[in-house]
Amino acid sequence: MSGLSNTDPAPDPYSLHVNGREESVPTSWLGESLLYVLRERLGYPGTKNACDQGECGSCTVLMDGRPVVSCCVMAADAVDAELTTVEGLGEDLTDVQQAFLDAGAVQCGFCTPGLIVAAHDLLDHTPDPDELQIREAISGNLCRCTGYGRILEAVANVRDQRLSDEGERSSP
Amino acid sequence: MISHDTLSASSTTTAPPQTEHKDPAGSLGDSADRPDGTPKVTGDFAFSSDLHAAEMLWGRTLRSPHASARIRGIDTSKATAMAGVHAVLLAADVPGSATYGMEHKDQPVFASDVVRYHGEPVAAVAADHPELALRAIEAIEVDYQVLDPLADSQAAIDAPPIHPDGNVFRHIGLRHGDPDAVDGDVVVEGTYEVGMQDQAFLGPESGLAIPDGGGGVDLYISTQWLHVDQEQVAACLNLPPEQVRLSLAGVGGAFGGREDVSLQVHVCLLALKTGRPVKMQYSREESFYGHVHRHPATMTYRHHATADGDLVKVEAQLVLDGGAYASSSTAVIANATCFAAGPYRVPHAAIDGYAVRTNNPPCGAMRGFGAVQVCFAHEAQMDKLAEALDMDPVELRLRNALSTGDTLLTGQIITGTAPVREVIQAAMDHPLPPEPADDDPLERLPGGTGMTAMGRDVQRGVGMAVGFKNLMYSEGFDDFSTAGVRLELDNGGRPIATVRCAAAEVGQGFHTLALQIVRSELGVQQVVLGPTDTSIGSAGSTSASRQTWMSGGAVQLACRAVREELLHRASDILDVPVDGARRELLDLRGGEVVEVDGDRTMELTELLRDSAIDEIREHHHPPTDPLDDNGQGNAHVSFAFAAHRAVVDVDGDLGLVKVVQIATGQDVGRALNPRSVIGQIEGGIAQGVGLAVMEEVMVSDGLVRNPSFTDYLIPTALDMPDVVATLIEQPEPGAPFGAKGVGEPPTISSTPAVTAAIRAATGAAI
Repeated sequence: MSGLSNTDPAPDPYSLHVNGREESVPTSWLGESLLYVLRERLGYPGTKNACDQGECGSCTVLMDGRPVVSCCVMAADAVDAELTTVEGLGEDLTDVQQAFLDAGAVQCGFCTPGLIVAAHDLLDHTPDPDELQIREAISGNLCRCTGYGRILEAVANVRDQRLSDEGERSSP
Repeated sequence: MISHDTLSASSTTTAPPQTEHKDPAGSLGDSADRPDGTPKVTGDFAFSSDLHAAEMLWGRTLRSPHASARIRGIDTSKATAMAGVHAVLLAADVPGSATYGMEHKDQPVFASDVVRYHGEPVAAVAADHPELALRAIEAIEVDYQVLDPLADSQAAIDAPPIHPDGNVFRHIGLRHGDPDAVDGDVVVEGTYEVGMQDQAFLGPESGLAIPDGGGGVDLYISTQWLHVDQEQVAACLNLPPEQVRLSLAGVGGAFGGREDVSLQVHVCLLALKTGRPVKMQYSREESFYGHVHRHPATMTYRHHATADGDLVKVEAQLVLDGGAYASSSTAVIANATCFAAGPYRVPHAAIDGYAVRTNNPPCGAMRGFGAVQVCFAHEAQMDKLAEALDMDPVELRLRNALSTGDTLLTGQIITGTAPVREVIQAAMDHPLPPEPADDDPLERLPGGTGMTAMGRDVQRGVGMAVGFKNLMYSEGFDDFSTAGVRLELDNGGRPIATVRCAAAEVGQGFHTLALQIVRSELGVQQVVLGPTDTSIGSAGSTSASRQTWMSGGAVQLACRAVREELLHRASDILDVPVDGARRELLDLRGGEVVEVDGDRTMELTELLRDSAIDEIREHHHPPTDPLDDNGQGNAHVSFAFAAHRAVVDVDGDLGLVKVVQIATGQDVGRALNPRSVIGQIEGGIAQGVGLAVMEEVMVSDGLVRNPSFTDYLIPTALDMPDVVATLIEQPEPGAPFGAKGVGEPPTISSTPAVTAAIRAATGAAI
């Protein structure tokens, strides 16, 4: 397709840096969000679309290491950024992903990728969050199934495990 | 401390039977892992909105901007002429039934002559790009003659009909005992209103329809009941059901909102019309228009009691606003009426329940299904009565609590477990949280980090409530589920079982449970899931807290049939008869067939070497009766109970509420997967708390004012209180594994517990 219509010609081809890979977007519409391009053009459907207006956090990805709601970022604005989606957090299960499974933090799972990205961001920048900091950090991610109890437990468990591992490494 | 359940299961009757062998890991009673867990945390799990097909088009619906209007004409010429637009469909393009509906087929696939609610579908398009589809529906010109909407549910009862089927979906005049002849020493009355709640599942409606080239279609869809969708879609497409095959695509939550057809017919019509795969995916705004909500209710009550506090009579009028189309309103009002007085002994009752049609958005199933609305009212009444009697409200409830052998308002005697006193006691026995302190962080205060409450005038309140509802379908419905279990050897020669069932996994964990059941019943470690689709018989809906009992029971029956065949095969080889009186000479234990009175055993590998075993069974629950003209009858199979105690902090000046803690006791029969049970309890409480303090679909003059997550608020992690839970495990007679469904009770009494706590904190009459 050469564009949506005569008044909407396709922009020039561009590339995004996703999970360490250069991903080419040969044809598009200029109005496409980062979320749409990740999901529909580049094959990263792990990032979810639930509210279309930045309220629910399901579409959270890391852009240059900081979380953004990708439904509110124009794809063309992300061309120079390093993007990390849930698919790019690790080759194997990360400690956060494993903790979500162990704690029972997953039910329908629609909010899960966004929450896992948000939890990684919290724990990577704030290694020892208290309970309120955890609640605050994930308060931009809506979950309708779990009531958050097991999610809070999962994040706290990762915090404790990382602090314990750190303590073992630094002790003689 | 992070909210932590105590998981202190208090078994008041015998534990499940102990077996000599050890069940495989992940059997019943274990917190077994979800089979869909890993793909859900890595992003690999395919929800319906994640599906893609080559040459796929995007579908979109045009919806009415008016609550009530006559359609004078529709001009699709501009949309049809747009490059990249492949189909524009109206009512005249529906080849089969023009209307659909789960119980009453009164809802048009597309409105043609009139629209009856804000958001009613009028047309659908398919285009190359979602933005083009949006532009195409905006290019369709509909000439509406706007009419005054019928928006008042009470007025609807006698108003001129807005649909050929009339305005009253159902009226039940329940009369129990001799309500005209008796009165109480103490009488309290009140009128209560519950607003419209949205299910707000995170994954919006979506589906992918692929034409098969032979006139049929395959639909990959997020739904709660594949077979009832199949039946309705096939009728509208004018196709035999076998040409409309449905497969469950990943479901992003449901809570009742996916029980009715939404885009199913539209997307299949578009696929058949264009001959190409078509995907539809609602935006959040469209999702608010595209599914039914919880009925708003207006409920007027009068409770009568003796001076000692024994309930004598309950009178009530319930009016539930069903909106423009029937959906499941007739069943919702039955529940509201049957459970109008709560889990108490009430010898005399006169309850008039109405579900009515208006030009408001259609309402139907949501978690709790009619029991939520009346619990809000009857529990406020119980508090009011306690005050009038100068009696402790917990004591009043304990005094009147139902137990096994008692009679419900419908005349039905409870034969199963009814641990009402136990759930109340368990909820009240949890320690109260620490009192608010001056140095509490602002996040803990009402208003949170907005710092609107400075702590000076914050009042703490404690309230409680009790509720119950039926499990599974009622009123004579032949409720059943179908499951198949295939046992064979894998490539390495080890036994592997495959379990198939069309029960929709919507996040609640049925797939996990199905695997647990097979592991326990057959002693086989390797168990996998077959497809969830319409190639097997119906499993009924994932609703009414019914799948553990109904589909769990079907899986159990299929396992038992596989076991019988294993024993037959072993009996031939071992020359031990298994028919008739000597049947018990062989048994399946620990994954092998053993001779009960001897020491010979047979490995499953020997018994499966020549051929697999494949058995399919249907599981029906015991029959129920319809309600008679007085709302009397043995209409229900089983009941589940829960109590909640809420602790709230309220800034009375600013009207801000912080829910601090919810303590609960819940009747679960038996916890087959304790981690899943806790997940259901915490999640259900979140929805109950949301209804109490922040959730309402605002509708004025029939128009929805807040169809977004910016304006319709659901609890975040900062809003959600700590939850402490006690599971009451009294195995239910007749229930597979003794388990009761656990999904709905958490949502029923948590809401009135919060409002009771707010009343206690403020003295306000809410």
